[in-house]
Amino acid sequence: MTFKRPDGRKLDEMRPITAKVGIIPNADGSAMFTFGKTVAIAAVYGPRLLHPQHMQNPQRAILRVNYDLLSFSVSERKKPGPSRRSQEISKVTEWSLSPALDLKEFPNTVVDVQIYILQADASTRVAGINAASMALAHAGLPMKNLVCAVAIGKMDKDLVVDVDKDEEDFEDGEGATDFPIAKIAGSDKYTLLQLDGKIQPNIVPKALKLADEACETIYEIQKKALKEATEL
Amino acid sequence: MSAMDTSSLTQEMLVKMFAAGKRFDGRKLMEQRDFTIEHNVSNKAEGSARIRIGKTDVVVGVKMEVGEPYPDSLDKGNIMVSGDLLPMASPRFESGPPKFNAIELPRLIDRMVRESHMIDLKKLVIKEGEKVWTVIIDVYPINDDGALIDAASIATIVALHGAHMPNLDENGRVSYESKGTKKLPLTDGILPLTFTFFKLGDTLLIDPTREEEEACEGKIMWGISNYKNKEHMIHSCQKGLEVPLNREDIEQMMSHLPKLYDDTLKKLQKFLK
Repeated sequence: MTFKRPDGRKLDEMRPITAKVGIIPNADGSAMFTFGKTVAIAAVYGPRLLHPQHMQNPQRAILRVNYDLLSFSVSERKKPGPSRRSQEISKVTEWSLSPALDLKEFPNTVVDVQIYILQADASTRVAGINAASMALAHAGLPMKNLVCAVAIGKMDKDLVVDVDKDEEDFEDGEGATDFPIAKIAGSDKYTLLQLDGKIQPNIVPKALKLADEACETIYEIQKKALKEATEL
Repeated sequence: MSAMDTSSLTQEMLVKMFAAGKRFDGRKLMEQRDFTIEHNVSNKAEGSARIRIGKTDVVVGVKMEVGEPYPDSLDKGNIMVSGDLLPMASPRFESGPPKFNAIELPRLIDRMVRESHMIDLKKLVIKEGEKVWTVIIDVYPINDDGALIDAASIATIVALHGAHMPNLDENGRVSYESKGTKKLPLTDGILPLTFTFFKLGDTLLIDPTREEEEACEGKIMWGISNYKNKEHMIHSCQKGLEVPLNREDIEQMMSHLPKLYDDTLKKLQKFLK
């Protein structure tokens, strides 16, 4: 029997997506991205001179990402400040974005990316990556392309696209697998791969294929939001 | 620059060698170094093991404490994995607040153990909703010559396999001095291990020495088990470093993983008590 999604979506159907660029006037670039009830906002500051000086790289700008949940974005209040989880997500997000950027033009500087989750219903790191990628483009940084991200799930034996919290907690059969994936749009270059759960090795390429299809949709939505922001 | 940084000359050399399928120590790209295991590194630990794989040397100890269950799992015991990159193990490890690699190592071991359901957490309940056992796994490298996570995964499995439950006295306190005879409850037929693939140029390899690891531009860790002795199952994965992986890389890894797992498990069997 195929898995019935708690909110009635088709297996390969994402939640309603909204994307908006230019939400934080002070930032050099900013964006919001939502998957259903998951809301991520991102701001980019830079390139700006990096202090302390010994951290500067004379060959390129460095990218510095900070991801975190706002304290009231989850059911049980999250203690403010960095946790081991948020430090890990910040780092893997940094690695997921930096291959799309060309930072050689800005030696000795830093590009700061700040990502916060306003409301969490799973898939927060991938929503954050989508928002951050738009914010980087909005800041006018040279990019090979946008980065698109989605969480593929496996519920017992069925693959699903865009995992929500109800699904993340699914326990029957082989249980829930959460497989967040990011890639450079229009390529087969995967820049983020994380996984928790149970998935057979031969299923992994099938999950990548589903992510490819979802990322095409996400890419169009990101581009549309960027165009709207620049036409105003 | 530390004396251990790999020079770009070495990196250029390694790109060429890896592309030709060669390594400085004569191994094949998908060949793991031989390892030896020492049991019971500390008789105060509930279980412990030390692995020496090439010059990489890692100790893992298991301690058990009584605590409260988490609100979302009242009928289960807890797992905690911690550890540190001790400055004794390498000139590149420093004292002070943990850097990213020191945060990542225990988190990856945690997810390998937790997601595989290797420990039968339901059997760690003392009084449901109130008192449960917490299994604490601590990972410490003694000497770092590359592939720390994969080495730590092997030592973790051995330490957990040899671990015994401490006794509780009449007041419900843990009496660590009287050794219990009951073993830590494990789920039959689940032995997870991690395999980290490294990428340099277009070539993938496993189990790098420190010099090889420093030269590599991309990496990804996979936690995999022989799930319930039935089929290979991936439980965890984490990509690291800036260089992207393409579809072909990942397909290649999926075809290597089952054999890598089976070979290491075979070598490991004789050390499991």
